[in-house]
Amino acid sequence: MSPQITPIADSAQDLELTERLLAPDGTRIPHASLDPFVADIDAAALRALYRDMIILRRIDAEGVALQRQGQLGLWAPCQGQEATQIGTARALAPQDYVFPSYRETGVIYARGAEPGDYVRMWRGEEGAGHDPAALRVAPLQIIIGAQTLHAVGYALGILHDDADDVAVTYFGDGATSQGDVNEAMIFAASYQAPVVFVCQNNHWAISEPVALQSQYPIAGRAPGFGIPSLRVDGNDVLACMAAMRWALAHARAGKGPAYIEAVTYRMGPHTTADDPTRYRDESELEGWRRRDPITRVEAHLRSIGELDETHAAEIQAAADKVAKEMRAACLGMVTRPPLAVFDEVYAEPHSGLERQRDEYAGYLATFETEG
Amino acid sequence: MTELTLGKALGAGLRQAMQDDDKVVLLGEDIGKLGGVFRITDGLLDEFGAKRVIDTPLAESGIVGTAVGLAFRGYRPVVEIQFDGFVYPAFDQIVAQVAKLHYRTQGRVKMPITIRIPWAGGIGAAEHHSESPEAYFVHTAGLRVIAVSNPEDAYRSLRQAIASDDPVIFFEPKRLYHHKGDVHLGAPLADAPPMGLARVMRAGSDVTLIAYGAMVGTALQAAEAAEDEDVAIEVIDLRSLSPVDYDSVAASVRKTGRVVVAHEASREAGVAAEVIASITERCFEYLEAAPLRVTGHDIPYPPAKLEKYHLPDLDRLLDAVDRVLDRPNSMSEVGA
Repeated sequence: MSPQITPIADSAQDLELTERLLAPDGTRIPHASLDPFVADIDAAALRALYRDMIILRRIDAEGVALQRQGQLGLWAPCQGQEATQIGTARALAPQDYVFPSYRETGVIYARGAEPGDYVRMWRGEEGAGHDPAALRVAPLQIIIGAQTLHAVGYALGILHDDADDVAVTYFGDGATSQGDVNEAMIFAASYQAPVVFVCQNNHWAISEPVALQSQYPIAGRAPGFGIPSLRVDGNDVLACMAAMRWALAHARAGKGPAYIEAVTYRMGPHTTADDPTRYRDESELEGWRRRDPITRVEAHLRSIGELDETHAAEIQAAADKVAKEMRAACLGMVTRPPLAVFDEVYAEPHSGLERQRDEYAGYLATFETEG
Repeated sequence: MTELTLGKALGAGLRQAMQDDDKVVLLGEDIGKLGGVFRITDGLLDEFGAKRVIDTPLAESGIVGTAVGLAFRGYRPVVEIQFDGFVYPAFDQIVAQVAKLHYRTQGRVKMPITIRIPWAGGIGAAEHHSESPEAYFVHTAGLRVIAVSNPEDAYRSLRQAIASDDPVIFFEPKRLYHHKGDVHLGAPLADAPPMGLARVMRAGSDVTLIAYGAMVGTALQAAEAAEDEDVAIEVIDLRSLSPVDYDSVAASVRKTGRVVVAHEASREAGVAAEVIASITERCFEYLEAAPLRVTGHDIPYPPAKLEKYHLPDLDRLLDAVDRVLDRPNSMSEVGA
């Protein structure tokens, strides 16, 4: 039987109502339903997940730094959400297709993003930071929740192709208030589409607490749409991976959509334009620091003698290397020439736009003749 | 040549497009067993099955957003919005997603989605069932906008829209669904004039009367009536609202020097305003009179019993023709 909980009449914030394999102090907790999904994750595999999380945090810190230094227009930090993003994304098969929101830096990292992919959009060079076909990840979505419908449509295509790929969509707790997310769940259930919904409940939608979005645990909504759900500790990378493997297996087996609520915390601001000190208490952040997803894995690995200083130094060096490459890619970007603003608006010739391009080209040419 | 109603021509166009390309799938409310509220998809479920003629839950954003995902997967979705006034819940998915994804991804993601909208007034319908929202979509870069006026165009343009790698908003004048005309069912698409071209429906040398959709019929009636007074009106069916075929429009205006643009949609910042501004930029020196608009009023679409006061009719078109010709007209007294 698949692990499934349907929370009833509980507070949306009750963290003890989440499934968990690693306690905040690093203790491994046995879990009859979830353990089989991560039975193959030995110490080396767990260390690899830890490494991913360290590198992701370093990428994120570099993104913030680049924004503060004026190199990026904006950055959406994901510090605190490393376990959710790495744990779920590392469970995907290569052919699966992901429809993320703008905060999924860890997801594109896990799908093989190039150094420049993290910053190209935020720097304002191109509309999408990465090649969707190469990563099998749609462009990062800024309109809240719109991508959930795209995932369902893609999953409908999988059904029609009679393939066993799965479409996956990521969104935040705030998105669950959007009509599109609810419509996506209805469509997914109606067609039994192979799609996995991953709600990263990071507790804050800019300044609005999750309590404003939800009077009830978010995972509890999915069964109302006919979709099985699981509420996991989003700061527990093992639990996140187990949950995602359950959901993917469910969808791949032709049983239709599945829903995961990963209860986590956005430790930084919503974006670099935000000031969380205006709306949340430092004490709340302190509490979540004690639940840090990286510290937890580290404590566990050290307790079983699988992380020493050599490992730690190697991982830190790898993270620094990635950040350095990301910075170099960012600073090395060459902005396209002026007429590129007209490129690829349409796939086929459009006489109205071509006329505008010609007019603007003529205007630009007057500067050359003045030369 | 086969005589078909505009509605049947559209159905034939869908059938042909689905036969030509198995990636073409239809999505919409009630399009399956019912065949659509206007029966445009009649028979297609039986012929192509439920995987290609997809009845959807009643959620317009959901329908268009799902089509976006199907396009990511390599399909060519054709969406039916049940009525013009119901497209607004899907507005975000259309203008922020469908229209932009090709541009955002530097052309790496294509959105070959056709969004069919039964459109505009004159059928005495209930509220929200007679709107003319075309200007919203014309104003959105990345979309093509087509408005058909006869069965032959409907059949051909719909197939061209579906075959296009760009998203197309396809307006079907519901007032004309039962109007008949000859259709070349077997004509190869490659031989057809491109989707974006305007068409001179009737030649004339005194006034250029530009219309689209059901207003083309009214414009042709005006041209016929004016002939009795020895005024030769050239009627142009724009057919494509994005892009507009300004080469054809300007050629006519250079010949006549006088322009009237007619549409059912409200006036402010509408398609007529754009067409006249563009004409003025291109051929100001040929103009003998200020171009005029004949449009719906800047009001919410009125109740059915009042819509005849809102929709431009034959007399309002002829009055505008008189005005650009400086003949006695409704403004003569006002202007005196």
